[in-house]
Amino acid sequence: MTAPFAPWADPAASPLIEIRDVTKRFGAFEAVKSLSLNIYEREFFAILGPSGCGKTTLMRMLAGFETPSEGAILLDGEDLSPVPPAKRPVNMMFQSYALFPHLTVEKNIAFGLKREGTPSGEIAERVTDIMRLVQLTDFARRKPDQLSGGQRQRVALARALVKRPRLLLLDEPLGALDKKLRQETQFELMNIQETLGTTFVIVTHDQEEAMTVSSRIAVMRAGELAQVATPADLYERPESRFVADFIGEVTILEGRVSGADAVGATLSAMEGAPDLRVATDTLPPLGETAWLALRPETVTITPDRPEGADNALPGTVLDIAYLGNLSTYHVALADGRVVKAQESNRFGANRRGITWEDAVWVSWEEDAGVLLQA
Amino acid sequence: MRRFSWFNATSLALGLAFLYLPILILVVYSFNESRLVTVWGGFSTKWYGELFRNEQFLEAAWVTLRVALVSATVATVLGTLAAYALVRAGRFRGRTLFSGMIYAPLVMPEVITGLSLLLLFISIGMDRGIVTITLAHITFGMCFASVVVSSRLVAFDASLEEAACDLGCTPVQAFFSVTLPVITPAIVAAWLLAFTLSLDDLVIASFTSGPGATTLPMKIYSQVRLGVTPEINALSTLLIGVVALGVVAASLAGKRMEGRADP
Ligand SMILES: Nc1ncnc2c1ncn2[C@@H]1O[C@H](COP(=O)(O)OP(=O)(O)OP(=O)(O)O)[C@@H](O)[C@H]1O
Ligand SMILES: [Mg+2]
Repeated sequence: MTAPFAPWADPAASPLIEIRDVTKRFGAFEAVKSLSLNIYEREFFAILGPSGCGKTTLMRMLAGFETPSEGAILLDGEDLSPVPPAKRPVNMMFQSYALFPHLTVEKNIAFGLKREGTPSGEIAERVTDIMRLVQLTDFARRKPDQLSGGQRQRVALARALVKRPRLLLLDEPLGALDKKLRQETQFELMNIQETLGTTFVIVTHDQEEAMTVSSRIAVMRAGELAQVATPADLYERPESRFVADFIGEVTILEGRVSGADAVGATLSAMEGAPDLRVATDTLPPLGETAWLALRPETVTITPDRPEGADNALPGTVLDIAYLGNLSTYHVALADGRVVKAQESNRFGANRRGITWEDAVWVSWEEDAGVLLQA
Repeated sequence: MRRFSWFNATSLALGLAFLYLPILILVVYSFNESRLVTVWGGFSTKWYGELFRNEQFLEAAWVTLRVALVSATVATVLGTLAAYALVRAGRFRGRTLFSGMIYAPLVMPEVITGLSLLLLFISIGMDRGIVTITLAHITFGMCFASVVVSSRLVAFDASLEEAACDLGCTPVQAFFSVTLPVITPAIVAAWLLAFTLSLDDLVIASFTSGPGATTLPMKIYSQVRLGVTPEINALSTLLIGVVALGVVAASLAGKRMEGRADP
């Protein structure tokens, strides 16, 4: 078995792209704030964050359409700032696709190679290959306005890929596609990335998409990095309430740290209820406010107090969201806070007979949640 | 589809008759055998023959054509550059003022434009003739050209140019290999518009012309004051034909441009 792909964990690996303390100001407004980030060769790197947090600005700085106000971007250890967009081994797939309306699919794709002065025989060969890869061969002679949304998106992808860039930037590439086509395209993208070994940086609003395709995800918030981690780490070990809340569904319970030792901590979260036990490797300061983040699928819902559960709290069912394969129960605790519990429906929806207004118990193990200090 | 009612048909016929009956009469009488303009004397094309033997008319037509070709071309180039600058330069102080100033001559009474140009030419001591007419036509043709081109540029996705740069173009190459081909239909439409406006113009040409440079509309006007001849009818018919052709071509170019506006 080969070692898992994780160059970021290897101190000897040198990054393809090194973003060093980059700040971008528009007038007095800081769109990107002193951001540092390394991206490694062959990564599929996703940037996730709420609207206006600076994702596009960061991409445009990588492509060369914006210059950093401070800091530097390095490619293979060399400063990119004096290199114009045309000379960077970086290509961008635009959110609007930006296909040239006066050129056919074939000529759109060949555009970049012609500019480079590639011999025409080689151009034809590479264009044919890439069109086969993205399944556009039948549409070679069409103009962009004779294509569907998904086909246009593939032309844009092919046009950027055919130049064999070291780094391919994708700004919300799948935004215009419906869910099914989007999923197909995600897998297509992953296949292409594996075949060609190009490094991808993708911006997306869709956290599920980011989780599916990427090797690592950067979550941005107001021009800063909130956390950079693998999809699993981000989901299971978020470092802040913002990240926990942004990725997937979560219940966050606020409390005060009442005890801490080598195996975990206790959190006093509610009057008159036993302190909550949480497994954690970092010892939180006693007496400080902290937050427990619980994923709904780690919380069990039962009509009676469960035996032997590490943590259990009583409540009443406020709402049930039926999701087909799963149901999410919203349970109101005595003080009004809501805990979400998710149960599989594989034995039929109402096997437990739990319904609205029922008095129930929610319970979870001490290693189910994450203790957050921010 | 709604049924085409009698009421609609009648109003359309009346409207069109109101617009085109005078022109139709003019065209019909250009084929009149008789020298009397209002008496039908049978079909003949002899006035067209007369026309082509009339040195003065031919001379005026040649002046008009040269003025129109040169002024339309220069006006289109300048108008395109102005439109590009105004649409692409982003926000700068006084941008609204500038674009307002470009459009102002469109609504300015022609008499005033003509008079102010005349004063300008006199004050800089320029001899009036074909050059001054051409300059005058460039100024107003440019306004129309920049309006037509900028309406296309506004709809043009600026990321196309960025994409071209991303794929290896310098900004100048991006303009010539992407922007220019995409807006070409608008530029053609702008040229045709400037061309027909120049052919048509009487007022501004009268103000800015001098001895020896008489355009066709000026010639027609001066002749008509002495009395309408069938020759004038024939000439006007030809002029209508050329202008109509120009307008149709311009709107066809515009159609193509619409088709491309949303790729
Ligand atoms: N050219 C500009 N001039 C001024 N402000 C700008 C400019 N470009 C972006 N901004 C601002 O910078 C911030 C970040 O913009 P950016 O486009 O990077 O956001 P984003 O994360 O891509 O958002 P979205 O998810 O909506 O695309 C926004 O507040 C935006 O208004
Ligand atoms: Mg964006």
